[in-house]
Amino acid sequence: MNKALISVRNLKKYFPVRTGFFSRISNWVKAVDDISFEINEGETLGLVGESGCGKTTAGRALLRLIEPSAGRIYFEGQELLKIKATELRMMRPRMQIIFQDPYSSLNPRMTVGNIVGEALKVHGIATGKNLNRYISEVLDKVGLSSSYQSRYPHEFSGGQRQRIGIARALALKPKFIVCDEAVSALDVSIQAQIINLLCDLQAEYKLAYLFISHDLNVVQYIANKVAVMYLGKIVEIAPTKMIFESPKHPYTQALISANPIPDPDVLHNATLLEGDVPSPLNPPKGCRFHTRCHLVMDKCKSIEPPLTEIGTGTEKQMVWCHLHT
Amino acid sequence: MDIQSETPLQEFWRLFKKDKLAVFGLVVLFLLIIAALAGKGMTEWTIVFDPATVRLVDKFLPPLSFASDHLPVEDMPQFGIYLLGTDELGRDVFARMLQGSFVSLSIGFVAVGISTIIGILLGGLAGYYGNIRLGFITVDTLIMRFTDVMLCFPTFFLILTVVALLPPSIYNIMIIIGITSWMGTTRFVRAEFLALREQDFVVAAKAVGLPDWRIIFIQMVPNAISPVLVSAIIGVATAILTESALSFLGFGVQPPYATWGNILADGKNFIFDAPWLFFIPGFAILIIVLAFNLVGEGMRDALNPKLRRS
Repeated sequence: MNKALISVRNLKKYFPVRTGFFSRISNWVKAVDDISFEINEGETLGLVGESGCGKTTAGRALLRLIEPSAGRIYFEGQELLKIKATELRMMRPRMQIIFQDPYSSLNPRMTVGNIVGEALKVHGIATGKNLNRYISEVLDKVGLSSSYQSRYPHEFSGGQRQRIGIARALALKPKFIVCDEAVSALDVSIQAQIINLLCDLQAEYKLAYLFISHDLNVVQYIANKVAVMYLGKIVEIAPTKMIFESPKHPYTQALISANPIPDPDVLHNATLLEGDVPSPLNPPKGCRFHTRCHLVMDKCKSIEPPLTEIGTGTEKQMVWCHLHT
Repeated sequence: MDIQSETPLQEFWRLFKKDKLAVFGLVVLFLLIIAALAGKGMTEWTIVFDPATVRLVDKFLPPLSFASDHLPVEDMPQFGIYLLGTDELGRDVFARMLQGSFVSLSIGFVAVGISTIIGILLGGLAGYYGNIRLGFITVDTLIMRFTDVMLCFPTFFLILTVVALLPPSIYNIMIIIGITSWMGTTRFVRAEFLALREQDFVVAAKAVGLPDWRIIFIQMVPNAISPVLVSAIIGVATAILTESALSFLGFGVQPPYATWGNILADGKNFIFDAPWLFFIPGFAILIIVLAFNLVGEGMRDALNPKLRRS
């Protein structure tokens, strides 16, 4: 068994809600509540879930871009939450992030060359004369002309900007990249280009991705494993094939069945979910999904479902649901 | 759509040019700065216009008067003419105004430089490290409440108090005006930083492992600088006014060194006999403050994408 490149244990991120004159903490938003997963080298884990379920928070807490409240994160065997800020800064090049919004993720007052090159200088990856050549190489790799170096972000289209964002991450030779809705803001043809680019880069550099998305088709295409999140918790993790062919958790089933099929002749029996996502301020007791689950049982309302493993080896599905215990 | 790439500076200039009043203000400022620099040279280094010579025979001459023939040659004004008249001691008002223009402008710029630096540092600290707790309060609370306390003092009286305690010199005046006028800048910078801190490119800068000082000064400050620049330019006008007011009250730059404020103060005693002594410095202050304000407002419009028409 190969050792996981990054492994997350019981990661939690609670945001305090302050009220009143003395801003006392009156409540906690449990944005990410006790999630665990592993990603191996060269592997892609898709993280899906509806808006506001904590996907982005999980991705950022994982890189300590926001400080997690609790849990352990092992990256290349080192425990990220224990190391000092300066050491963490030195490790940063090996774990990168690509952002959702290609407009706000590039500094509007910097040229592309500086956006990509700033960190290279600081980490001594390329300096002096080599810097320009190296930046050109990286830009070339993501399909941008090296003459763009002296241009400003506002001169580019969304897809090009996203490539610049990828170039910035890639230039540091990372092992692991969090793609935070990296293609969601792009139109479909550009999405395909960027996804193919990400796949090519993965093959070339054995990159591991945490691919956060709400687009199941994209995830199905790119991910090896998929984790489904609901209200701050992971409800199911399984290999992509298993998730799409035999989803176990009722929420996963609803999610997959809601995914449009690009074929008008296929009869589409979507299991539609009713109601809204409960507030993460006051999540339901027991199973968090019980308020909207059509197979709800009595114990779902009081007892949190334990982890159940179904199948073995490459077909192992992990699901947190009372139906399968 | 422009194919040629446009740097932010070029874009700024294109938008700034549209505001004719602001361009006019800029031209006036430019001329005043040249006059101030030339004035410094011509009144102190190689004395072309002598602001200090007392000629009692020629006192209270109106502008464009010729010097009397009885003057010794070394006391003769340049070209034998008093461009802006003379004061109660027969000193050349034009020479004194030249000397004063340098004092006014340098006090304006240095004081604003000091207040802007303090403002960026404190505002940046409060905006970027605001969440860090020091005991029972956060850095943000500490800095911003201190700012509020400073704002509560009536600045002018605070300056008067300090000036009363310290020897009145140009440098003290600069420093005092500087350290009593940074509060607005601090608030601007903090507000900008709070908004910028959540932007993805700042998170990205953190993610690629840039040190904090680089994130603050290279990534964030250039994006927060435009309102600061605008308030700094308008601040120069305020500082010049404050200096004039201090000198007018006799607490500012001390005679025989001329500033617009103390020329004005001297002139007020002879307002009916020699109105030019009063009007010339007053008008100069009006022009310079107006010019700075026009330029500041033009910059604000050019730098603020929300106000752009076109």
